[in-house]
Amino acid sequence: MNIARKELLYLALFAIAACAPLYLSGYEVTILGRFLAFSILALGISLIWGTGGILSLGQGLFFGLGGYALAMYLKLSAAGPGQLPDFMQWNGVTTLPWWWEPFRYPAVALAAVIIVPGAAALALAFLVFRRRVSGPYFAIITQALVLAAATLIISQQPFTGGFNGLTNFSDVFGFQLTDPHTQLALYFVTLAILAIAFYVLRYVVQSRFGRLLLAIRDGENRVRFLGYNPVPFKMIAFAIAGALAGISGALITLSIGDISPAMFGVVPSIEMVIWVAVGGRDSLLGAIVGTLLVNFGKDWISSAFPSLWLYVVGALFVVVVTVAPRGLVPLAQVGGLRIASLVRRRTRVEPAVE
Amino acid sequence: MNESVLVAGQLFNGISVASILLLAALGLALSFGLMRVINMAHGEMLMMGGYLTYVCTLLFGKSTGFLIGMVVAFFGAAAFGALMESTLIRKLYGRPLDTLLATWGVSLILQQAARSIFGPIGVEVTAPPWLAGSIAIGGTALTGLSIPLVRVFIIVVAAIVLGGVTLLIMRTRLGMLVRAVHQDRGMADALGADTRWVDLCVFSLGTGIAGLAGATLTSIAPVTPTVGQGYIVYAFLVVILGGLGSLAGTLAAAVIVGLFSATAQIVTSQSFSDVLLLVFVIIFIQFRPRGIASSRSRALDEA
Repeated sequence: MNIARKELLYLALFAIAACAPLYLSGYEVTILGRFLAFSILALGISLIWGTGGILSLGQGLFFGLGGYALAMYLKLSAAGPGQLPDFMQWNGVTTLPWWWEPFRYPAVALAAVIIVPGAAALALAFLVFRRRVSGPYFAIITQALVLAAATLIISQQPFTGGFNGLTNFSDVFGFQLTDPHTQLALYFVTLAILAIAFYVLRYVVQSRFGRLLLAIRDGENRVRFLGYNPVPFKMIAFAIAGALAGISGALITLSIGDISPAMFGVVPSIEMVIWVAVGGRDSLLGAIVGTLLVNFGKDWISSAFPSLWLYVVGALFVVVVTVAPRGLVPLAQVGGLRIASLVRRRTRVEPAVE
Repeated sequence: MNESVLVAGQLFNGISVASILLLAALGLALSFGLMRVINMAHGEMLMMGGYLTYVCTLLFGKSTGFLIGMVVAFFGAAAFGALMESTLIRKLYGRPLDTLLATWGVSLILQQAARSIFGPIGVEVTAPPWLAGSIAIGGTALTGLSIPLVRVFIIVVAAIVLGGVTLLIMRTRLGMLVRAVHQDRGMADALGADTRWVDLCVFSLGTGIAGLAGATLTSIAPVTPTVGQGYIVYAFLVVILGGLGSLAGTLAAAVIVGLFSATAQIVTSQSFSDVLLLVFVIIFIQFRPRGIASSRSRALDEA
């Protein structure tokens, strides 16, 4: 596929998605919007894993941080000025903890959605990559981290809402959350952010930075010998992925209307990796396609045969890794190329016959 | 009851937790050290051992059933490990991150299978009568401290397993091959060691030990489909702390993690101690990124 045609394909796909409200019902649009919001996180995984070779089993942590940052604002806004969120009152908390205070301001909350997960990812990456800890070690540490975060949030019920998380929001920046118009607007906001993230990441991957990241994936020590320090590159990539996960978490919080530890724990975090693995880890489009496929599949299977989903997702892990480690989209591209070359060969043969 | 009794009790708890972690982490450390394979389904080997023990106690009664169960759990999990190694892991050699994902898939399937067969709530295995009591310590400063026999039993099992594995690695022909492959896979292969056979044996032994750990666990906690998940993350932290494939390092790391959690729980809650443990591990790798017992090597691209 040449570049211009690829470009057209991407534009066409985004256009089809933008017209979704015309041919899908309101509920379907909401669901599609939710999965597109997940895709934003998947783009981040594609950047760090596909391009950078860093497998994180803890993207849920950054997802959760973004989600909670926005949810804290929504909670305070629902409680009204000077009031405490409902769950704090039930738990006998009388004054608002200091770290809740800044989230009264929407601008602070919005900034926190990006900055908090981004900074957390940057700090973690600094501490771990600095000591050249990578590969499986890093994966395990991120998994432990997301486990610890989930346990911590569950245990601090009076301040975090515990197992139930944060829910019962009323409005976001003055718009009622349950209003269909708000949900439709949310769909377009999600799609716009996804498109921006997609094109920015495409630029990043093709830039010098992206090529260095790729080189680090394939031979970190060689990159070192060439005079580069790989650590800042990995840190920045990981921070970008963290910030994208945070944005995704905030959008999901708005779409579903709550955020809880069950949405970002160990199991959801590793499921996020399978979205990208199915679609194709080193293709940004693959990350989006994989996320949509797996999530629609999950939606369908878990409503039709509830007990089957875990078998399916387990088998997906095994099959994708052994049979199609590069995922479906590159596979489809290779298939497309073969067909194209067959067609071309046929057209080339014809004039020779004449 | 005074302070020192509480502290001593917690310390003892810590050591018994360390014993379980050691059993769970031994197999991981061995196969990770030797094959650079992370087996995310290792926790499910624990679970499988637990359920096998449960079935045995149903078949043969509490006392003998429990003992038979331990044997069955070991060999059952070892057989499953051998199957996994030969059908799945062998294909993914040299791709550690992919192995991690594939074995996670296996773990999900096993969990769901356990849920379908035994139900989601979990089953209770009553410990055999000879493990029901506890030892009361009197006459010293620690009067009032009572040590449950099951905890002692767990420590004994862990000690026997550790001793057995050490003997196997240090004193047998297979152990010699394992050490050779661990030191230099290519050279061992060139000299005629059957490295695939060694991989298979070590992996299978590791999963077998996990199965045994699961059987032992039934005496203190019910078996649930997700029982392995609760231990596996800590077992991984033990492996990270301990260093690659070193028995002594794994032992030291298990004791550190066990005692750390137990002492942290005197001061703070369970969940906070988890967070502290992780902070501790991250600080620790700042100083020793290759773990306690890192082997010195000039090779650059070690995992």
